[in-house]
Amino acid sequence: MTIAIINYKMGNLRSVLNAFESLGADAKIVDSPDLLSSAKAVVLPGVGAFKEGVDNLKNLNFVKAIEVEVLEKKKPFLGICLGAQMIAKKGFEHGEHEGLGWLDFDVRKIAPKDNSFRIPHMGWNNLEIKNGGGRLFNGIKDPAVVYFVHSYHLVPVRGQEKYITSTAWHGESITASIEKDNIFGVQFHPEKSQNTGLALLKNFIDLAYGKT
Amino acid sequence: MVKHRLIACLLWRDGLIVQSVNFQHTNFVGDAFTAVDFFNTWAIDEIVILDVSRDAKKRDLYYKIIEEISRRCFVPLSVGGKISSLDQIREFLRLGADKVVINTEAVKNPAFVTKAAKMFGNQCIVVSMDVKGKSKEDYKVYIENGSLATDWSPYEWAKKAETLGAGEIFLTSIDRDGLRQGYDLELIKGVADVVQIPVIASGGVGSWQHMADGIEKGGADAVSAANIFHYSEQSTKKAKEYLKEAGINVREPEFYKILLPREPKYII
Repeated sequence: MTIAIINYKMGNLRSVLNAFESLGADAKIVDSPDLLSSAKAVVLPGVGAFKEGVDNLKNLNFVKAIEVEVLEKKKPFLGICLGAQMIAKKGFEHGEHEGLGWLDFDVRKIAPKDNSFRIPHMGWNNLEIKNGGGRLFNGIKDPAVVYFVHSYHLVPVRGQEKYITSTAWHGESITASIEKDNIFGVQFHPEKSQNTGLALLKNFIDLAYGKT
Repeated sequence: MVKHRLIACLLWRDGLIVQSVNFQHTNFVGDAFTAVDFFNTWAIDEIVILDVSRDAKKRDLYYKIIEEISRRCFVPLSVGGKISSLDQIREFLRLGADKVVINTEAVKNPAFVTKAAKMFGNQCIVVSMDVKGKSKEDYKVYIENGSLATDWSPYEWAKKAETLGAGEIFLTSIDRDGLRQGYDLELIKGVADVVQIPVIASGGVGSWQHMADGIEKGGADAVSAANIFHYSEQSTKKAKEYLKEAGINVREPEFYKILLPREPKYII
């Protein structure tokens, strides 16, 4: 197995697996933390609420195992949607909750400047590349158009803006993707963003296989 | 700015896709697999598939079909029809659905919507409402495939569904369904105005302009159609091109090449 897709009982895991498989990658849905060490890269997908997500990761004993692979062994990591949000320090969905704390971001409800912007932010939106876009956006046509579905997003705290690789506009600037060393996070759903999303996942696969 | 979505709705009956007029099925079109492949190739933004089978024994086949089509569908896939339990939702998501569509059970058991939203996230729960009535004063929400009237006005029910935790409303006019005269714009506008969640217009598209009207006059976030997309080459791509020409903010109408599912063969 090259790419481990973590099953913490939330979200559209199968869609993520389908996307990786269609690209010919050797990906598997992983139910047990013991299996992570044999993977070359880790994907944390997910849709749902912040607290339930973090609690499930903890209860299934995934947190330590993921941190060993990603923070110590520096394997490429891709968080998708809730999976990207959970690596933040704090989430403010239904109260204040601790995240994994890898990056100093807060997860806050989208606060559009007027109510013509519907919540959830649902549908295809243009990305505005920031800080050069990083490695996931290699060779991807600008503007990239990708599929979002979320009500909360990553808000940078204290100088973390430098890790933002793209944003989208929904009545305020939405953090669409982040990159810090081997850690990648996307708020949108590359597995459901056809050409563009699959090209982005292909870039991640290349990282996993050490091709870039 | 988030773009307006073009959605293809597939009615799956006992193994095949059907067309419908006023919720009566008129003819079989073909298999879901082919339809999903074509729409994916032709610039669709999202696919909704609903089980409208009359033969209860076909339900297992529906699950299999969902698993098969999700493998090659890289736009969001919403799955519905006869959903009445959290286990069913979990199973559809496990098989590759991205969202589920709930209709009758939402009215019969509103707490179910809240439970489902809490467990799977609001964004995952689409509440579908079928509406019928002579004038906007007596519009009523119908359940059981449009066969049973409820006391709900569409406006009140839409607000209630939002409060219960729905992430989106799929709004169909039974009277307009299949008649090719355009959406019930008054109905759509009325609902879109009272909720903050996205509203998908459905029922009655006979020309691409009807879809533009649904967005511009009806205030719909997304437009759905079924019959008009069948039996013509590049139908959904042409619809998309029309909307773009009309100045509507949509995703580029470009082709997508389907990558067939295959064994891992990524070799360095």
